[in-house]
Amino acid sequence: MTRKKKKIGSDNKVWLFFTSVKLTVFVLLMLAATSVIGTLIPQNASEAFYHQKYGEVFYALFRGLNIIDMYHSWWFLLLMGLLALNIIVCSIDRLQRTWKIIFPAKVSFNLDRFRAMDTAYRFDVAKEAGAIQKACHSLMERTMGPVTLKETDEGVALFSEKGRWTRLGVYVVHLSILFMLAGAVIGGIWGFKGFVNIVEGEAADTIEARKGQHEHIPLGFSVRCNDFAVSFYDTGQPKEFKSSLTIIDGGKEILTRDIIVNDPLRYRGISFYQSSYGTASANNVHLKYTSKDSGMTYERTLSFNEVLTLPESGGKLVVDRFVNDYPFRGHNLGEGFVGRIISDAGAETDIFISVRFPTFDKMRQGQFAFEVDGFDKQYYTGLQVNKDPGVWYVYLGFLLMIAGCWITFFMSHQTGCIYITRGTGKTCSVMVAGTSHRNPQGMKLKIEKLAEKIKDIK
Amino acid sequence: MMNSSMLLSIVTFVYAFVSVLYIGAWTFKKEIMAKVGLYVLIAGFVGNTLGILLRWIESYQVGYGHAPFSNMYESLVFFSWTVAALYIFVEFKYRERIIGVFATPLIFLAIAYASLSPSIADRITPLIPALKSNWLIAHVITCFLGYAGFAVAFGFSIMYLVKPMDPKADGLAARLPSLGLIDELTHQMVMFGFLFLSIGIITGAVWANSAWGTYWSWDPKETWSLITWLIYATLLHLRMMRGWSGKQIAWVSIVGFMAVLFTYFGVNLLPGLHSYA
Repeated sequence: MTRKKKKIGSDNKVWLFFTSVKLTVFVLLMLAATSVIGTLIPQNASEAFYHQKYGEVFYALFRGLNIIDMYHSWWFLLLMGLLALNIIVCSIDRLQRTWKIIFPAKVSFNLDRFRAMDTAYRFDVAKEAGAIQKACHSLMERTMGPVTLKETDEGVALFSEKGRWTRLGVYVVHLSILFMLAGAVIGGIWGFKGFVNIVEGEAADTIEARKGQHEHIPLGFSVRCNDFAVSFYDTGQPKEFKSSLTIIDGGKEILTRDIIVNDPLRYRGISFYQSSYGTASANNVHLKYTSKDSGMTYERTLSFNEVLTLPESGGKLVVDRFVNDYPFRGHNLGEGFVGRIISDAGAETDIFISVRFPTFDKMRQGQFAFEVDGFDKQYYTGLQVNKDPGVWYVYLGFLLMIAGCWITFFMSHQTGCIYITRGTGKTCSVMVAGTSHRNPQGMKLKIEKLAEKIKDIK
Repeated sequence: MMNSSMLLSIVTFVYAFVSVLYIGAWTFKKEIMAKVGLYVLIAGFVGNTLGILLRWIESYQVGYGHAPFSNMYESLVFFSWTVAALYIFVEFKYRERIIGVFATPLIFLAIAYASLSPSIADRITPLIPALKSNWLIAHVITCFLGYAGFAVAFGFSIMYLVKPMDPKADGLAARLPSLGLIDELTHQMVMFGFLFLSIGIITGAVWANSAWGTYWSWDPKETWSLITWLIYATLLHLRMMRGWSGKQIAWVSIVGFMAVLFTYFGVNLLPGLHSYA
């Protein structure tokens, strides 16, 4: 090791590898290319789905390469890790070089450099040099910043600069990505994602994890669903799902609030989101049944396992249970009641009375066609329950990303120079030039504008 | 009584006329046509703005009451609006007329697709519960400003590739603005698009976190917007760190815009949370 002041790792092969832009481009494109896979192959679906759609061989391959959950696979996380390492090493490497430019001991301007620029703008004005200088001074101070003067044999040069600090913008952008990745890691380790279904009037103190089979997570308090309501537009589209929740902690009711989609409830770092609903149970179904023979329609309210003796010697009806999703020839018919007709001879026929399709039972061609004309139902609310302590790091990353991009793209370190040389009598020559560490086209326009203003000086 | 769909149909034809004027200005070497084109474009833009506002009012009149950013028709109309706004800004800032040759047809194509395609309904529909949030407006506006930046960059990139390298060459393509300027403008538009795509993704993430409790769920639209972001991030690194410019950058910008189009249209073929827009 030499004792000379040297850049970190400037002679280290591994270090050099991680500073290369080639690696950056490679990682960015690999992330883009591999991300496509997960949008084409459905993620985290059931084993049966993959078997049926892709077959045995592909399923084995997908599982081996973690493609069925590719965004959490070791190789995708490795790419992310490479990106983070690349950002850290590059930033350290480049900051060592640019630190002195961003925070110089003393700012100095080089007139010859401005004079040599091919974008320098030169013109003569029929004014006295002193007056022009004074006007240019205030103009420059207004548009750029404090002015430094430099006298030469032929005249005087005015220099100014602004936005030196904007050279830091690019580091802010890169730091923002590190914050987001850190937030994701923190959330992954100390947070959880789960769900719970709570029937109206009941409470829950554990939830089920989304990942892993049947893993229960205790909340440390309990949450009760007081009420659930759903409303619809005239078109039949759902308008609003609303649950009234009460938090019970240490045996005491802490707070009660309504939640809707887009407006969750948060308590002790855990958030409850309205995500689904369903009918937990139903009772007291009001049935209408029409006789095929006589055309007569009868009505009756029935509870489960209650025996209804049908008129016209039609036997007996028993309603056994309510179902949320009734499968029929590959279709989901939705809510309905499952029951049996018991003939006088004792033969049983299973029937399904649909809520959504009132004429469904007619297709059975039985003596009576049954339809549902209302029932008491009890909903359950489906809540997504999350805890993510990393989210604030991600949000900080978001703010830094926006600020950093804005600084990097639309602001720049600019220097300007107005060089006024005395001519004969009441004329003088003016040269306007400027540099910008970014967007030379914009700077050229700015210099032209500045020149026009100087020409217009009264 | 004029309704928003009718007004926007008229705007479609105004934009068609604008494209004709700009292309005419270029082919017939008549600067005056481009000059007229700009004023017609501004007129179309005003109509477009009124159309969007009128539609907003109409949604309140039918009792749904939401910002007009909720389906494909509304998003395409807004896409035309953002590209038109950005292009008018660029023309005023850089004072180059012919640059509209490849940008103005995009404005027309988007709104024409909205107005004329039989698969896109212009009916005002109610908002599903998931979309009822103030984040909707911020998310849609920023995303579309991003798309608009990339669309205009795409127009400029095509222009760059069409123009002959030989400065002494004559003919139609040679009349385009200088290569240096087109290259610089492409870069400016990519940066603009990148900033707003970033903000668009961020507002979407914050919204998703407040609605579903997760700021990122790898749904296809999210993932494709990230893919687009990664491609343009690559472009920026290639340009700023590896010194790429001109034709090379033009090609990357075209590839990036293909990703934008897939994010916008293609993803609707895949299932996911964004299946409504």
